[in-house]
This record gives sequence, C-alpha cells and structure tokens, in this order.
Amino acid sequence: MAGKTLYDKLWDDHLVKQRDDGSALIYIDRQLLHEVTSPQAFEGLRLAGRKPWRIDANIATPDHNVPTTDRDKGIDGIVDPVSRTQVETLDKNCDEFGILEFKIKDQRQGIVHVIGPEQGATLPGMSIVCGDSHTSTHGAFGCLAHGIGTSEVEHVLATQCLVQKKMKNMLVKVNGKLGPGVTGKDVVLAIIGKIGTAGGTGYAIEFGGEAIRGLSMEGRMTICNMSIEAGARVGMVAVDDTTIDYVKGRPFAPKGETWDKAVDYWRTLHSDDDAVFDKVVELDGSAIMPQVSWGTSPEMVTGVDGAVPDPAREEDPIKREGIVRALKYMGLQPNQKITDIQLDRVFIGSCTNSRIEDLREAAAVVKGRKVSPSLKQAMVVPGSGLVKAQAEQEGLDKIFIEAGLEWRDPGCSMCLAMNADKLGQGEHCASTSNRNFEGRQGFGGRTHLVSPGMAAAAAVTGHFVDVRELMH
Amino acid sequence: MRAFTQHQGIVAPMDRSNVDTDMIIPKQFLKSIKRTGFGPNLFDELRYLDEGKPDQDCSERPLNPDFVLNQDRYKGASVLLARSNFGCGSSREHAPWALDDFGFRVIIAPSFADIFYNNCFKNGLLPIVLPEEVVDQLFREAEKNEGYQLTVDLQAKTVTTPSGESFSFDVDDFRRHCLLNGLDDIGVTLEDADLIRDYEEKRRQTAPWLFNAGN
Ligand code: SF4
Repeated sequence: MAGKTLYDKLWDDHLVKQRDDGSALIYIDRQLLHEVTSPQAFEGLRLAGRKPWRIDANIATPDHNVPTTDRDKGIDGIVDPVSRTQVETLDKNCDEFGILEFKIKDQRQGIVHVIGPEQGATLPGMSIVCGDSHTSTHGAFGCLAHGIGTSEVEHVLATQCLVQKKMKNMLVKVNGKLGPGVTGKDVVLAIIGKIGTAGGTGYAIEFGGEAIRGLSMEGRMTICNMSIEAGARVGMVAVDDTTIDYVKGRPFAPKGETWDKAVDYWRTLHSDDDAVFDKVVELDGSAIMPQVSWGTSPEMVTGVDGAVPDPAREEDPIKREGIVRALKYMGLQPNQKITDIQLDRVFIGSCTNSRIEDLREAAAVVKGRKVSPSLKQAMVVPGSGLVKAQAEQEGLDKIFIEAGLEWRDPGCSMCLAMNADKLGQGEHCASTSNRNFEGRQGFGGRTHLVSPGMAAAAAVTGHFVDVRELMH
Repeated sequence: MRAFTQHQGIVAPMDRSNVDTDMIIPKQFLKSIKRTGFGPNLFDELRYLDEGKPDQDCSERPLNPDFVLNQDRYKGASVLLARSNFGCGSSREHAPWALDDFGFRVIIAPSFADIFYNNCFKNGLLPIVLPEEVVDQLFREAEKNEGYQLTVDLQAKTVTTPSGESFSFDVDDFRRHCLLNGLDDIGVTLEDADLIRDYEEKRRQTAPWLFNAGN
C-alpha cells in the first residue's frame, strides 16, 4: 500500500465518522471567531436552544471592522454605528457563552490568522476552522485548516464537527533556492499565476520543496494564506524544526512532558516518501522574480520586469474578454511596463503580510528614504497588538514614521476596507494583501498585490520598482 | 431549512467568469447581523451606477442599464446561469443569502468555488454543475428567447429546457437528501453525539495538549 500524504494523515486523525455517501464528520480542535461571520451563527444557536459543544475550543477577536487609529477609545472609537454594533455583538455573544475573546483594547487583539499562531492556539496537527477563507494560513503548521461559511460556524459551535468530503491531494513543489529579495509572497503569486485561481479547486495543497523548507514560519503562512486564491480551501506545509521552534514557549503551547510527547507526534506530520498525489506541480524557485499583479484576479500577475498583457494576443475568447475588462477597470494599457504604473497609495498589512518579519522587510527598504511626494498615503498596519509592540521595541515604527509612512493600530484595515481605511475611485494601490478584486479596497479602487519589500520600494519611488535595486 | 424538490423559473444569463463573492455582495453590507435583507444589494457595484451604502433605500438609485438583472426581459428570474469558478474568494455566506433574498433558487455554472458551493446547500439554494458545452448552449438559448425558463428536478437530478431537452447533473447524496427534505445539518450530526464524545475522550488521552485552555 502506498504511503500517506500529510493531508491523509490529518484527515484520518480527525475522522469521527465516515458516512456511506462519501461525506464524513471531522472533529475540530480549534475554532477562531470574528465579528463579521459569527453573529448569525450565535443567533442560530440561540433560536434552536443549543449550547456550544466545547467552549474552550473557541477563541474570538474583532478584526475586520476595527479602526486603526485611536485604539485607546475602544469600541467608542468606531464611528460607523453598524460596524460598532457588529463588534458589540461579538463581545456580547462571547460573554454570554463564556468564550475567550481578545477584545478591542486587549494587546493580544489582532487579525485572527495572526493571533492564532502568535498565541500558540494554532498547534501542529490541529484541525482548525474559522468563518474566513484565509484560514488556510494555519496550514503552515501542518494543520488541517478550513475556511467555512456561517452555517458551518454554527455547526462547529454546536457539534465540534464539520461535515466534509475528502479532497484530492496536490503537491506544489518549489525547487531550488529563492533569490535575495524574493519572498513567500512572490512564490505564492507565481504559483497562482501558473495554476490559476481555480487550479486548486477540490484539492488540499501541500507546499514542499527546498524553497519552502528554507522559508520562515511567516513566509510559509503567507503562502498557505493565499491557497484560497488558487482555489484550494486547504494549504499545508510539513512540520520541521522551523515549525517546532516557532511554537515553543507560546501561551497555548504544551509544556514539560506533554511538550515532548507532542513533539514526537508532530514529527510524524509530513507526507511519506512513497505517498501518491493526484496532481503535482513543480516550479523553479531560483527563477521567481518579485511579482506584481496587474489585473482584477490574483492570477493576473507577472514579474516586476514584465508588462501588462495585450488581449489581442490571447486566443481564448473568455480569457481575452477578462483581460479587456480588467485593463479597463485598472486603467492600464496593453504592453505597458509594470514599472511605469504610477501609484496613489501603499498599504502594508493584512493576514497575508503583517507579521514581524514582513514589517522588518519593509522597514529595511524605507530606512533612510522618504515616501515619494507623488503618493497620497502610505500606511503600515501591524497584524496584532503584539506584533505592533515587538516592532516598536525594534524601532521599526520610527523608521516608518521618519520615512513618512503612517503607523497604525492592528486590524484588517484596507485589505477589505470595511473600516474607514479605503481607496478612492480610480486610485492605484500597492498592497501586501491577497485580493485585487474590483472594489475590494474601496469603490473603484485599483489594487496591485505585492510583497512587503516591493510595497516599501513603491512607497519611496511612487511607482513599481524591483526591490532588489534598493537593497544594499 | 427550506426544502428544494422541483423548480421552474426564468433564466438570467451572467456572462462573466470568476465572479467573486465581493462582487456578489460588497463588504459594506456585511456589517448586518441578520441573515436577510441582502437582496437589494446583490451585485451592488454592477447593478447600480453609484456607490452603495448600508441601510439605504435602493429604489431611488441610478441603475446600470447594461447589467443583466436590470433588463426587463429577465425580471423575476430565479435561475442564474453563470460561467466558471462562480463564487470564488471570500467565504462570506452573505453571498448565498443575497442571491436567495433576491429570489434565486438555482445557479448553473461549469464550475463553482468550493466554499460558495457548500454554502448554497445550507441555504436551500441549488448550485448545479453542467459541462461547459451545455452551459454555452443554455446561454445561447436564454439570450435568444425572451422569457426562457428551465425546469430543475432535484429528485431526478435533471435540468430540462422548454423544448424538452434534458441534462442530468451530479450532486452528492448527503447534500441532496438534506435539501430534498429540508433537513437541518446540525440535527443530523447530533444523532452521532455519542461517537463525537467517544472520539473526544480518546483524543483527550492521546493528545492532551489539544485541550489546553492556555494561560
Ligand atoms: S486581513 Fe483581509 S483577508 Fe485577512 S482576514 Fe482580514 S479581511 Fe480577510
């Protein structure tokens, strides 16, 4: 019999019941909750007279609606009354059911996908869900992490299980070493550019190969985070020393003898040598350039040395139509060089790139430089209160502020512009977030997805430039 | 949940691939803590010419005349005909809530994004995957014939055109069973509460670190 993939192992370990029709009950070790996708789930629970199955499996925090300034005002700092109600509703639900919540003024508050790992609430081998498609982030720890809808949030609250059908296995192998200035973000954008936004639909993707092994946990989280942009609900990286070192000593991590026992188990969380994947995609990591997206879908991406495509050269009529529509929305010309795209704003943040390493990378580029006067705004939004504190301890905040970037409080912010931070109509933004959909960062706003280093380089020049030219 | 057995309705063709859930229901409307009332803001940025705000009276807003749902011939449509990778992006269940609230019961496409596909079933909405050529044919027929309707039978797993041509589709048995009977997923799962408890007890012994409430 062939060996098992990492996904097979995680699946088998969490299987409560295999039903005859192919669906299965999967036990959920951890659920993360935020204010946008949970209110209707709690309401459903209440209406049906049900109680949460296992309260200590849940952790909550408000992130999507929170303002990134005046945090000391707490909930009163949320100007929009509808946003405020949503955050208050989360507080009320967590208080009522006794669920641990990092509230708006707690230093541990932050974007759910940043705080889970930071607290050690994300542990290798766990099954994790959250009413948010970027839950795939946690797969970087060798977890089975699914983004789910609100009905499923309610289902997990009530039963601690998720109804799932087993997915197919895909291995994305990134060979070789990444060049300097090339990051996890560039790798995942290159992968999406290659397999497309539906390339991973129906698959659980394991990212492997030398380039992935060489990445820090932050880099791996960035890659798993964007699995969903490749269509895959689940993305994973095998456990190794990097994983275990990261987890050690975190508040929710096991200690003493339990730690040793856990580590023994975690070391088994990799695909067996003779495991069989339904699909294997290989990339040469050493050939990956810093990436920039030019369109309105994450697969519309190219190297910084590239140009906007010419729809006339696309043979597939549906794709051609898609390019024409994207160029119109983005206000770009066919064959225009990426480095000629002028920018209005720069956003460094989001669950893709707001961890300490991301901020260090950006700070290294802007250090001793100034934000281009042609920009309206450049802002840095750390992923959590603890990331913010760490950055301030390292003096990164000063580097940003001296260069003319705004240093904000943690939250999702301009990644989806549910709070006050948004793009104006027609504005181009270099953004470290994960989605460049129409209107995502504000009505009529034009998003270009890049790494933190590339966003920083764009901030000091006012247009895209190969970050490697600014590195000393 | 509302059961789904058979449905016949007017088809609205939306000729665009990779329609994401941000497009189906933009973020400013996700602030509601209810499940209903999203219909007027379905496809907000495509449907209206101005920028939509929550809690606004949409009847006064300028409509985009080119958008399919604004055309008289598709008034009252309850079957949405779409292109590949429909519903990609964010996991927001507000997307199926908005489609449902607008009056759609069925969505037909060559492919769907996973989370969206799954969310539809939880809300009595039926997503149907048909081969690309068939979808192409339905697009042609719907655009050519005003008042074009399709009949969907979940029991028989068929989509039938006005001329009587029938296409069968696949749907997994569990989802079909729940939808046909309007079953509540949670109730079905809780029938196995003992199994869940046994599993949990075993895990508590073998992997105690999973039950650590932190400090
Ligand atoms: S940062 Fe953006 S993508 Fe991530 S959870 Fe928040 S809104 Fe979603």
